[in-house]
Amino acid sequence: MIRNQLLICAGGACITSGEKSVKDALVEELARNGIQDEVQIIETGCMGACDLGPIVVVYPEGTFYQKVNVQNAGLIVSEHLVKGRTVPELLYHGPTSEKKAQTSEEIPFYTRQVKRVLRNCGVIDPLSIEEYIARDGYFGLGKALEMGPDEIIKTVQDSGLRGRGGAGFPTGIKWKATKDATGSPKYVVCNGDEGDPGAFMDRSVLEGDPHSVIEAMVIAGFAVGAATGYVYVRAEYPLAIERLDYALKKAREYGFLGKNILNSGFDFDIEIRIGAGAFVCGEETALLRSIEGKRGIPSLKPPFPAQAGLWGKPTLINNVETYANIAPILINGADWFRSVGTSKSPGTKVFALVGKVQNTGLVEVPMGTTLRELVFDIGGGIRDGKKFKGAQTGGPSGGVITADYLDMPIDFDTVKEIGTIMGSGGLVILDEDNCMVDVAKFYLEFIVDESCGKCTPCREGTRQMYRIMERICDGKGRGGDVEKLKSLGKVIQLTSLCGLGQTAPNPVLSTIRFFEDEYRAHIEDKKCPAHVCKHLLTYSINPDKCVGCTACARQCPVQAIGGQVKKVHVIDQATCIKCGACYEVCRFDAILKE
Amino acid sequence: MKSLEELKRIKEQTLKAMDLRQAKDRGKVVVAMGTCGIAAGAKDTLMAVIEELEKANIHDVQVVQSGCMGLCDREPTIEVSMKDQPSVIYGDVDDANARRIVHEHIQGGQVVAELVIRRGNI
Repeated sequence: MIRNQLLICAGGACITSGEKSVKDALVEELARNGIQDEVQIIETGCMGACDLGPIVVVYPEGTFYQKVNVQNAGLIVSEHLVKGRTVPELLYHGPTSEKKAQTSEEIPFYTRQVKRVLRNCGVIDPLSIEEYIARDGYFGLGKALEMGPDEIIKTVQDSGLRGRGGAGFPTGIKWKATKDATGSPKYVVCNGDEGDPGAFMDRSVLEGDPHSVIEAMVIAGFAVGAATGYVYVRAEYPLAIERLDYALKKAREYGFLGKNILNSGFDFDIEIRIGAGAFVCGEETALLRSIEGKRGIPSLKPPFPAQAGLWGKPTLINNVETYANIAPILINGADWFRSVGTSKSPGTKVFALVGKVQNTGLVEVPMGTTLRELVFDIGGGIRDGKKFKGAQTGGPSGGVITADYLDMPIDFDTVKEIGTIMGSGGLVILDEDNCMVDVAKFYLEFIVDESCGKCTPCREGTRQMYRIMERICDGKGRGGDVEKLKSLGKVIQLTSLCGLGQTAPNPVLSTIRFFEDEYRAHIEDKKCPAHVCKHLLTYSINPDKCVGCTACARQCPVQAIGGQVKKVHVIDQATCIKCGACYEVCRFDAILKE
Repeated sequence: MKSLEELKRIKEQTLKAMDLRQAKDRGKVVVAMGTCGIAAGAKDTLMAVIEELEKANIHDVQVVQSGCMGLCDREPTIEVSMKDQPSVIYGDVDDANARRIVHEHIQGGQVVAELVIRRGNI
């Protein structure tokens, strides 16, 4: 008889922070206390609060233990499970709350969320198809097979679901176009080539609830008339691939894939295709080429994949998160889906909340939620009491949302109006210590590396933009550089073939739009206001504070600091390489960084 | 898997195994598991409550443990709080008494008077 269940988060971040050894410690301690038959341990997908990992939740109470390690894991068994006492030192204590949270329902990070896409992540064992079924899994498929293709597509259209991969194209229209296209066979593809720096929404869905994607693809295949599906996952996601592969085997065993699914006469199967690490393969036409075994290079649209996709045949391609929305829409109906979100962007959106916020992790909120709620309510505000400066959305294709827009409801259309994009949901929070020129340069460097090279404006233009950015950060910026960046950016936007090239200048253009004064400070005053760009910094020693402890002189790798013991030290500016080692080591705040 | 009926059957079966993770809002049984409670047999009490609820097919009552309630000479003690009713603390709850409380109080709605230590919250 099982009296308690321990759910351990086995998402990527918790595994990295030691989930396996915590689990082993728990197993050992259960056995030592002789209660291994009364307590069950279940590994789940990502629970979302990644910086609190490894996380262990004890049911039936739902007690939420965070930052568990090998040393203290045993307390959960010896105290909580044997003696019925919670372990206070492992409970979450929020920065603003007075008492410690007992369950996740008392943690603001969780209470503000609406979990639809992540409905099963962190709740079920991703390796158990039975637990997926228990949470209404494959009932959407059952209903779809009764509805028939036209009604399925109408429901998806009525729901107003838009593609969660970034562009926000209406999903129902894609489905209808693929169904109506002539040509056979047809294909269904899932885009799991999540490549934006800092984004991990799709990985978490594939790791935590792989059947939700499989079920939706079978429904899609039935709706558009395809018999084969491909899930394209990047090679950097080995755990997602492993769990998806296992889920596919189970789905086949249970008859949700293969011949005559649920006695409907419909045949469908899915294969995994592993990407080799090219960012451009997240662009749908390049992805399709890559599945065909060719080099991933985008092609001109039209024809759209719905008309001529894989091997020139009609192909439906949607993103992981888009698919994860499908089964609940069919079960609960289009109106249910529209009950949250905005009228033009219904439903929820999963964000990977990262950067300078207190609580980083995976969050799902209704469309139309403001940045203020995301950063300050769910994210717990900026770390170390610093000031919020902006949020980078949409990765290298997006731009920044500044403090002026903290109260703007975020959906596909509002973010576009201020020059950025929703993207797949990466949300990098920046504070006053981030240099916007440096941030834009980072994304541009990423694009220079990842441009496939087909179109000259993208291949050469981004490289030239990068050179200008480099010289601005090196203190060699010239008058007119900002204007040059703007005009180059415009040309690249207008003359590149694919979405990657068309949006490549966005981080630069968007930061110029909102932070032009920072660019000017770099170029004209040769100063980096955020003290980030190394070449624009000077380190000096405040003679009033220096006690002559010699710590800095001993730390300096180039012997640029001179001075005798107990006498004021001096930095030789000509020798200084601006590594900042002295700044880190000084215990008297005597090093000035300007 | 050939039919929706089969799918429903798997759902029902698995939900039972996942039962501990579901929200239970009709009531709560707290078993005191201090050293004295454990010495007096609280672990058997705990398992008896869980087993008896399962046998009676009651899935909306949560069973949790707590530390010592401070009534060491009446251990094992349990507290039964059903929704919208004052909670009741029972003493001397051995295996047989635990099963009786499940039947009479939780299932039947009748407090087992002779075992009561106190009514209302401590």
